Amino acid sequence: MTQIIGTWIAAGLTLAIFSFLYKDNPFYKVAEHLYVGVSAAYAVLYAWANDVYPMLVEPMFLGRGAVTTADRWILLVPLLFGLMMLARWVPRIAWLSRWSIALTVGIAAGLGITGQIQGILLPQVAGTLVPLTSANNVLMVAGVIATLVYFYFSIAQKGAVKVGSRLGMVFIMVAFGASFGYTVMARISLLIGRLQFLVFDWLHVVK
Amino acid sequence: MKKEIPLAITFLTGLIIVVTFFIPHQPLGTMQQRLLIWYSIVLGFTMLLGVDSLLRSNLKRLVGRTPGWPYAAVLLAGFAFTLAAGIYNWATTRSLLTLGSPFMFVYTFVIVPLQATMFAVLAFFIASAAYRAFRARTLEATLLLVTAAIVMIGRVPVGAELWDKLPVLADWIMEVPQMAAKRGIVIGVALGTIAMSLRVILGLERTYLS
Repeated sequence: MTQIIGTWIAAGLTLAIFSFLYKDNPFYKVAEHLYVGVSAAYAVLYAWANDVYPMLVEPMFLGRGAVTTADRWILLVPLLFGLMMLARWVPRIAWLSRWSIALTVGIAAGLGITGQIQGILLPQVAGTLVPLTSANNVLMVAGVIATLVYFYFSIAQKGAVKVGSRLGMVFIMVAFGASFGYTVMARISLLIGRLQFLVFDWLHVVK
Repeated sequence: MKKEIPLAITFLTGLIIVVTFFIPHQPLGTMQQRLLIWYSIVLGFTMLLGVDSLLRSNLKRLVGRTPGWPYAAVLLAGFAFTLAAGIYNWATTRSLLTLGSPFMFVYTFVIVPLQATMFAVLAFFIASAAYRAFRARTLEATLLLVTAAIVMIGRVPVGAELWDKLPVLADWIMEVPQMAAKRGIVIGVALGTIAMSLRVILGLERTYLS
């Protein structure tokens, strides 16, 4: 019974969203607002279940996962910073939230350096440093250099730089076209999934 | 003091993350992991600020009976029901996604279909945008049009029926010219992120404090 009720709710919401293809209407707006409300609650519960509870509540208050007493007490620091973030609710001490913002920005900036170098920059450069023994490799190296030249705005785009920049533009357009095609295919497969749900699971027109 | 202390916190935390990356030995070794846990905890609290703002604005619409207030009521009801279902789940099983639970019901029959349909609808809007953007008036637009067409047709069975080399061509586009340009863009973005992160750690970029 639960399955049947759920399928009808899901089908109703699916049709309500699809109704926007005709024009903006109350059914779509109801589904849209429901989506926002439900997603916000889901995000709060997700943060509690995956971040705050296992990382703060369990080790600090229940002693699980904390090796030493110091491990438990040191968690007062993020608890304090978390509470300071909520100081925005009290205008008189709202400035305290800057400390928490500073902590998150500092960590994100630190990760921005190490993570980008180790996870993106070096692997991408290593992938580009290939022997020029095949047409594909030549094209790859030329494409990367030309794309970088296109985005190099510190010098005037004249002469050889202009030629490189123009070639970069060609590569970028090909990449955008390919990415566009890929995105369309992903969206279409989602659309097929929803239509399959309506036809198979809800209406049982095709078995 | 209201600016100096936050700047010092940013400098210290950023520096610790960078230093612990290069010196993964005690006592620095565990600092990075510890800071990442702190980061997640503080972000968890930040979520409350966002939700508070959302609920406050919709509650105001509902109480003030401003145009569209019934939709605000739907949003608030959806939020309250999902939160109640999640809390009940957590209190009884210490888990959110328990099979057959009220929260799982909301997740399976409300969140998943709404999310999937929202993205599916984008297929139509992308098609409409493509109609406007893909007019082959310039070399760049033509390249965009031709590449997108090859990748799209090459990825479905009819593409291979039309020309058996079309899927191979689509794969080649993805693996060579597309990858080359994407790599150039990604390298540029990484360099930009590193430069901006350095500016933030050194206190040259302070807009986040305003």
